[in-house]
Amino acid sequence: MTVLHRLSSLAAGQTATVQVLHVDSGFQFRLHALGFRIGKTLQVIRSAPFNGPLQLRLGNTDVMLRQQDAYNIEVLL
Amino acid sequence: MKRVALIGMPNAGKSTLFNRMSGASAKVANWPGLTVDLLTAKLLLAGDMTELVDLPGIYDLHGFSDDEQVVRHFLCNNTIDLVLIVANATQIDRQLALALQLRSLGLPAVLLLNMADEAKNLGITIDVSQLTKELGYPTALISAKYGQGYAQAYRLIESELQNSSPAPMQTLEENFAIDQKMEEELDAIIRHSVDVPVKISNSLTEKIDNVLLHRWLGLPLFFTIMFLVFQAIYTLGAPLQELVAWLLGNVRDLALVPLLSSLPPLLSSFLIGGVFDGIATVASFVPVIILFFLMMAIIEDSGYLSRAAFLMDALMTRMGLDGRSFVMLLMGFGCNVPALMGTRSMRSRGLRLLTMLVIPFSLCSARLQVFVFMATALFSPREAPLVLFSLYIMSFVTVIFTALLFKGRFNSQEPFALELPPYRFPTLRQMFLRGWLEISHFLRRATKFITIGVVLVWILTNMPYGVEPASAASWSGWIGEFMAPILSPAGINPELTIALIFGFVAKEIVIGALAVIYGLEGSDLMQGIAQQIDWVQAYSFMLFTLIYTPCLSTIATIRSEAKSAWFTSLTLAWPLTLAWVVSTGFYQAARYLGY
Repeated sequence: MTVLHRLSSLAAGQTATVQVLHVDSGFQFRLHALGFRIGKTLQVIRSAPFNGPLQLRLGNTDVMLRQQDAYNIEVLL
Repeated sequence: MKRVALIGMPNAGKSTLFNRMSGASAKVANWPGLTVDLLTAKLLLAGDMTELVDLPGIYDLHGFSDDEQVVRHFLCNNTIDLVLIVANATQIDRQLALALQLRSLGLPAVLLLNMADEAKNLGITIDVSQLTKELGYPTALISAKYGQGYAQAYRLIESELQNSSPAPMQTLEENFAIDQKMEEELDAIIRHSVDVPVKISNSLTEKIDNVLLHRWLGLPLFFTIMFLVFQAIYTLGAPLQELVAWLLGNVRDLALVPLLSSLPPLLSSFLIGGVFDGIATVASFVPVIILFFLMMAIIEDSGYLSRAAFLMDALMTRMGLDGRSFVMLLMGFGCNVPALMGTRSMRSRGLRLLTMLVIPFSLCSARLQVFVFMATALFSPREAPLVLFSLYIMSFVTVIFTALLFKGRFNSQEPFALELPPYRFPTLRQMFLRGWLEISHFLRRATKFITIGVVLVWILTNMPYGVEPASAASWSGWIGEFMAPILSPAGINPELTIALIFGFVAKEIVIGALAVIYGLEGSDLMQGIAQQIDWVQAYSFMLFTLIYTPCLSTIATIRSEAKSAWFTSLTLAWPLTLAWVVSTGFYQAARYLGY
């Protein structure tokens, strides 16, 4: 059985593949355009202090995403 | 006339290409049905006069942000002969999606894969002929920044434009039911024509990020960089300002005064003491402004602004704002108007309004002129830069206070994702172009607002006929007297009051107005003011200038962006109230403490 993780629970340096996006369609368009597509590999680079956003790398694109939004993305380690 | 539209994702280098194609001839144009301004330029392409339109950068044609709606509206309501799709070659795997969306609309287009030099360095190889074949759009690799491939791309654009027939106007909404298929095709095209190394890394950007985004060093470094930038602007700018003021003073004394000596005294006083002194005083600050915008251009183009958003997002969230709001505040340091327009990328109305409410507190370059002037006049060269920096801090303090006070009314929980582009350095050409744009922008404002402003100030200070200029008997004296009960608790005298009233139109007028009111110019003016007011009054005046309504253009922009009379009134009334309270509080406290 495969276990899905919330993207927000990943530590810096970890790599995972995008599985489910629990977001409204408007935000989904944006995430798609930035490279968050099902099956795509991403890596957590770092997180900002004071519980700030995550820096993620998808292919050749670096994206910042807030913790609460990362919580809505499920990934496979 | 033919029409060519530029479309691309943010950070694809669309503006760089637009500037390269148009030279420095770009104009802001209004479009029927659109409340926003688009950059356009006219140029000769393949023998035809062609209008080149720079559309806002968008991620997706069916997104919900205002920018995306603007692009959709434009595509639906204008005939377009050719679309130039600008995509970042290093991110072709996702940026190609926009090209596929446009193709599904049947729009004639050319795909320009920009930053080909970066892609090559990263080891990404793109088979252009294969891509052209599968996509059906002629494709060219270019570097808009350095010009490689530009000549070939230009010829390609010309030949396509000659052969293209304008697409019928679109009805977009129906054309978008086929997303899944589009995604599969995107993957197939990329597989066939692009070769990306398994692990690509931009090691320089990564190294810089390790320092600048460091968990605990990141924020202190950010504030240090900001401080150094403003310090540099003052240290380099103040002597330049004095030099230009001295030159213009000589023009006045050696050429204008003898030349106009035969005119009736009132007329020569109007021309020299009104028009020339006013405009010359404002013009002497052009070097400071150019310097400021060069620094801004370096920071903006470097990719550091989105890092600032990353670092500050957690703090901004607590104020009901987010990292993007912070970037817009920084942009507002240049000019509030584009910063206000930049909020279009926000989808949540609450967040957008709250951001638009705080942007006018950003210490813009026009206010910077007033502060450089006052700080130089009233403070020692050692203190002056610190005074300036304290005003930048105050600018942030008013933003934080206002946001905290109003965040309950403008609630939002908008999710957002922001790209962190690799660090880049602008070319000399880009910096030169930017400097030139600022000068021409200043000259346009000068011919409109500033001239009219200083002429009106001259009339107020010299009428009724025969009075001692700016005395209590002049019209300005009456107004100053009338306003005195309100502004004297803040230590603002009648002369400064007149300057503030005209500063409502544009802050550049403030120092021009002071020159006219005091009948002095350049360093004489600084000394004249220093004799009349002390540093406490000057600082109170600067606080008022910082906080109250920035200018008419800002108000007009807020009105057209927010489309709400209620909100526009709030952005007028709240800063005025806050300005009065802060200035009066500061003045009374300083006096109470014996300063």
